[in-house]
Amino acid sequence: MTDRTAQPGRPAAAGLPEAAGADDGVRRDRQLQWLWRLLSFALVFAAWEVAGRIPISLAFPPFSETAVALVEMLFDGTLFAAYGETLRPLVVGLLLCGAMAVLFGVGMGLSETVEWFSLPIFIILQAAPMAAIIPLITFIYGIGFGAKVFAVMLMSAPIIVLNSYKGIRNTSPSLLEMSRSFMATRRQQIVKIILPHASGLIFAGLRLGAAAGVTGVVLAELLITPTGVGDLITYYRAVAEYPRMFASIASIIIFSSVTVTLLQRLEQTLFRPETRGPSGE
Amino acid sequence: MLNAVKTASEGEMPEMSQPIVEVRGIGKRYPGGVEALRDVSLDFPAGKLTTLLGPSGCGKTTLLKIIAGLIEPSSGEIYVKGKRTDGPGPERAFVFQDFALMPWATVLRNVAFGLELRGMPKRQREEIARRCIAEVNLAGFENRYPHELSGGMRQRVGLARALAVDADILMMDEPFASVDEQTRRKFQEDLLKLLEVEKKTVIFVTHSIEEAVYVSDQIVLLSPRPGTVSRIVRPALHRGGDVEELRRDKAYLDCVDEIWQVLKQYLA
Repeated sequence: MTDRTAQPGRPAAAGLPEAAGADDGVRRDRQLQWLWRLLSFALVFAAWEVAGRIPISLAFPPFSETAVALVEMLFDGTLFAAYGETLRPLVVGLLLCGAMAVLFGVGMGLSETVEWFSLPIFIILQAAPMAAIIPLITFIYGIGFGAKVFAVMLMSAPIIVLNSYKGIRNTSPSLLEMSRSFMATRRQQIVKIILPHASGLIFAGLRLGAAAGVTGVVLAELLITPTGVGDLITYYRAVAEYPRMFASIASIIIFSSVTVTLLQRLEQTLFRPETRGPSGE
Repeated sequence: MLNAVKTASEGEMPEMSQPIVEVRGIGKRYPGGVEALRDVSLDFPAGKLTTLLGPSGCGKTTLLKIIAGLIEPSSGEIYVKGKRTDGPGPERAFVFQDFALMPWATVLRNVAFGLELRGMPKRQREEIARRCIAEVNLAGFENRYPHELSGGMRQRVGLARALAVDADILMMDEPFASVDEQTRRKFQEDLLKLLEVEKKTVIFVTHSIEEAVYVSDQIVLLSPRPGTVSRIVRPALHRGGDVEELRRDKAYLDCVDEIWQVLKQYLA
């Protein structure tokens, strides 16, 4: 996932006539990048295959068996049913805390009072081992849907809040001074300088928060009540169908990284055109 | 004026017009006790380019930002067009050393930003911005983003932004510090040409003696911390001729040497 935003190494020659020729070079570079990426995947899978065939453990299936199990589970509907169950608390939790956590973080960044009474809470939450806290949730929220939603929020909120907070706090002092010299009001400063400047970190926080939410929901499914993907993992481990167990785990990783990548794409197309490509058009 | 005024060359002092900015007894002490400026009094004649020149740490940028209303002085007053001011105003526009461009905005939006803050309709402000972009020779780059431009081009954007608000006073804080020497020379020449047309008062901060003599009507030499006015030099150069000739002109070289003799004593 080498992202497309990293281009500081590019010479600032985009505006010159040879830009058109350079675009071809960029395309070739991208193709090469893809080749290397595929190669690195192939290498890891090959190592996995060998390790599974030795075998290093009876509970460690080779790559091919896992892949077959994954395809089987995709087509017999097991995965879809499981994700249907897992996604509900995840989506509800992320929607509930996404907007709130951003607002909270922005508030903390803008107001010292809000910062004073809420920063410690979120730092503690971020530092606390969630797996140890999640069983505690059951005392308050029981073992149902609410508990899982809460687990998702507990995992993702601190990351989103702290990222938004840092984004606001890291506003370039020179841009603030610039806006002041052109007589911006405080409101204009917030809307036109501080928020756009922080948007990168805020979106990064939302992405990481979504990934943490996936962790939260799976932890809850493993530790509170087995449902969805957590149930699949627990069940296939219990009946010693290791390829399927590994396929379930792999599916979570794939799901999580695809979600994060999609969120990044969405952010780039909707909000940050300047990070999209070299031409910026 | 409290400080002695001396001329650079043997000719009589060039006529100076009415001051548009007056600095009276400005002092600045930062929290922690560092005294950056002490009792600085200066006049900035309208329509002229005045340079604040001095070794690093002499408070020249601090003085410029005080005049711009970006830093609060500990003592003293600033008068702009005869009125006392204590904050930024529409008659002053600042060009920043680090460009201070919004990375998420195109050149066009960056240049129009001052007007956008004033609530001018988009169409009107973009028309003005396009004209200013053309004035600094950046036509064709309106829809680029700052990271796609070179340092010199970015500073032109910063200059265009300051021109767009049509302030009478342009304040430039080491505008060429972050661009290479060739670009710098070209930029100095372009700036002078532009000022002939625009008729602005410019307050310019630099630590380059050559640059100061080349572009200025009046040079204020500041002593190191705490900064005080040590001398005012008015290079009597014949401008309008060939640029390369001017750089070899005797008056130019004498003036550079005279300033160097003053500044040399401040080097430990």
